[in-house]
Amino acid sequence: MSEQTPAAPPATPPADEHRRIEAAAAAEGETQSGFVRFMSSPVGRNLGLIIALLVLCAVGAITAGDRFVDTDNMVTILRFASIIGVVSIGMTFVIIGGGIDLSVGAIVALSSVWATTLATQTMAEDTHWLLMVFVACAVGVGCGLINGVLVAYGRMAPFIATLAMFAAARGLAEIISEQRTQLVDVRELVDTINGELLGISVLIWIFAVVSAIGWVLLNRTTFGRRTIAVGGNATAARLAGIAVKRHTVLLYVVLGLACGIAGIMLTARTGTGSGTHGQLYELDAIAAVVIGGTLLTGGRGTIVGTVFGVLIFQTLTNVFTLNNLDSSTQAVAKGAIIVVAVLLQQRVAVRSSDST
Amino acid sequence: MSDPLLQMTGIVKVFPGVRALDGVDLEVRAGEVHCLLGQNGAGKSTLIKVLAGAHQPDEGEIRWQGEEIRLTTPLAAMKHGIATIYQELDLVDGLSVAENIYLGHELSTAGFAHRGDTQKQAAALLARLGHPEISPRREVGTLSAAGQQIVSMARALSHDVKLIVMDEPSAVLDQEEVARLFKVIRDLTADGVAVVYISHRLEEIRQIGDRVTVLKDGRTVATGLPARDTPTRELTRRMTGRDIEYVFPQRQSRDGDGAVVLAVRDLSSGKAFSGVDFDVRAGEIVGLAGLVGSGRSEILETIYGARRATTGTVTVDGKTLRNGHVRAAVGAGVGLCPEERKSQGLLLDEAIYRNVSIASMSRFARGGFLNRGGEKRAATEHIKALDVRPADVDRAVRTLSGGNQQKVVLARWLLRDCRVLLLDEPTRGVDVGARSEIYALVRRLADEGVAVVLVSSEVPEVLGLADRVLVLRDGVVVHTGPADDIDEHRVLDLVMEGSAA
Repeated sequence: MSEQTPAAPPATPPADEHRRIEAAAAAEGETQSGFVRFMSSPVGRNLGLIIALLVLCAVGAITAGDRFVDTDNMVTILRFASIIGVVSIGMTFVIIGGGIDLSVGAIVALSSVWATTLATQTMAEDTHWLLMVFVACAVGVGCGLINGVLVAYGRMAPFIATLAMFAAARGLAEIISEQRTQLVDVRELVDTINGELLGISVLIWIFAVVSAIGWVLLNRTTFGRRTIAVGGNATAARLAGIAVKRHTVLLYVVLGLACGIAGIMLTARTGTGSGTHGQLYELDAIAAVVIGGTLLTGGRGTIVGTVFGVLIFQTLTNVFTLNNLDSSTQAVAKGAIIVVAVLLQQRVAVRSSDST
Repeated sequence: MSDPLLQMTGIVKVFPGVRALDGVDLEVRAGEVHCLLGQNGAGKSTLIKVLAGAHQPDEGEIRWQGEEIRLTTPLAAMKHGIATIYQELDLVDGLSVAENIYLGHELSTAGFAHRGDTQKQAAALLARLGHPEISPRREVGTLSAAGQQIVSMARALSHDVKLIVMDEPSAVLDQEEVARLFKVIRDLTADGVAVVYISHRLEEIRQIGDRVTVLKDGRTVATGLPARDTPTRELTRRMTGRDIEYVFPQRQSRDGDGAVVLAVRDLSSGKAFSGVDFDVRAGEIVGLAGLVGSGRSEILETIYGARRATTGTVTVDGKTLRNGHVRAAVGAGVGLCPEERKSQGLLLDEAIYRNVSIASMSRFARGGFLNRGGEKRAATEHIKALDVRPADVDRAVRTLSGGNQQKVVLARWLLRDCRVLLLDEPTRGVDVGARSEIYALVRRLADEGVAVVLVSSEVPEVLGLADRVLVLRDGVVVHTGPADDIDEHRVLDLVMEGSAA
């Protein structure tokens, strides 16, 4: 067509013209996205995370030697990772669904305080530890429900609605606990959840089970599919007949439940309930999710990535601690990691949208 | 007069799957009002985006005052003195009039704005535009649409502008405001500024225009026509006279034998449209024709529950749908292929099969767990039946051409066995060859008993494909009848002449 002079009468295009155009478009998609496709495939996206984790481990092994390469140390990393890990799995759903939740740390604190208050006030001996677990989860679900309803039906920006919960839940936790750290008298709770099962810490088991459930939920169920649809294109999801608002509420409820579980885990590990529990969890969880390759704009993300994000953060902390670097230095390194991860992510996102 | 101010020759712009511009010529002289005419999809918007530096042409030459230039960015266009006033005004609501006018080139020293000077000069520009009553201090968000348009023009004039492109400026204005706009345009041209004026309203073009260029299917089909003396019939013939004949499928002669599937009664929604009544029988295609803003798309949205009806009812198979409830419509067997396929219809980064099954997920789920094998098999079946190329259901929808993307949306509703299919601009962004395929598909669906409502800005498409046509003007149905009994010119007369304010 290019040799045709503009002034000449336009010819009827050959019958197979559209086939040619489509073939060209298809070929374009093929060649252009070879790299992008690899980088956005599960292996490609997690490859960077695996490398990052291995590099961190190498650094740990070199700088801290046997103190790092030690079964006990590895278990410590995983135990510390487990609680923030559970929160991060829940956060992954909310972020893929196009939202954000700043209140997770406060919900963790509130559920820990509520559960321990229940135990102290109803006389320790009588409180079954499962009741405490139930209460913590119920508190988490309740907070998540409020967040979800405010966002979906109150049409508040997720940032603002959960910022309100961030302030209110922690405040409430401090009121209930009268700003004191409450000791847990229910031994079974501590023994069970902070104990071991088959030689592995129960905390790690919980993280593993929650991650597995999260993976199945995201990849194998209608719930997961709808989450991706709602976060990827809420208008298209609505016009395809998906109940976008109801689903949004459910996402925050799922995260609230994860916070409740994390709350009881933290209570068992520390043996206390406190209004100061879970501080900065929101930032750690969001960072882990983002490092794991989930788009903050929603519509794309993986559970495996989030697990890696959590492990990278926790390993980093461990390596720094073993090298006697203080928490301020760690914070700087964490900040740098977030920036690098997001910059890499944006490059992939830009490349894959070029083919439009 | 030696060189024209602007000379564009042989401009070509290709988007994946469609040649939006396929050899456009445009010549604009200093001090004239040059009108750009063409149906939707003719390439007007793409052309002005090229002129504004927002799109880069793939081929062709742009000469500005005799010298060849390249408009690589909107800023470059601005520096040459080309300003564009878009339909959606690009103003910052929260800033004052003066701040908006000088946005991006603030009068300042070391970062400190000269508020006094800015306001004084803004006031001078507004006065030059004949609107001294607009206060430079006023917040832009509080102005009417007409007022905001004036601010946009003042912003253009705040640069040393030689050419202003106006994209349907009258669409948001009432009669009196249009008259004032014309006075402003005359003052500008008297100062030697050229105006490229885009409008669907022929009356306006006769009042304000000097010369007319007509675009059709991405090509210039006529240029330099005198705006006042060219007969309407000549203009509409140029706009519509097609070199490419689309192949429309045969209609079955089945008048009145299907049962009424969709019944719309006295439907209104706010100011968008009112008192719309029609029935669609099984196997029938009803087309809605009208200009942008005539209420076409809004009618579909209201039937679908994506917009609330203020009066009236929608009934599918005898059951009245809940007002403003998309899931009720989907549940009753209504499917919508939305106007903005990419932003309203598809999850672009997701695989084809996921886009197909999204409306029928429960069919493939047991206890919430998806049977992906069954899902992919069903999607593959429909994708093959619709001849989507490539027929690879794991492929991201983003990599498909426009026509194939549209087929993916159609497949979604086929999978659901829908009773009523609402098609909003089904061939927008679809290249010429694939259109005939989409037409054949829609007809085949109708033959299988689906009731189809078709909205399109392309009148031949409505007339060629539909059995019955409703013509809309300003939210009211002005004509109903069999598609065979009306021709394109009559439709254009109905929608255009009456709308000249």
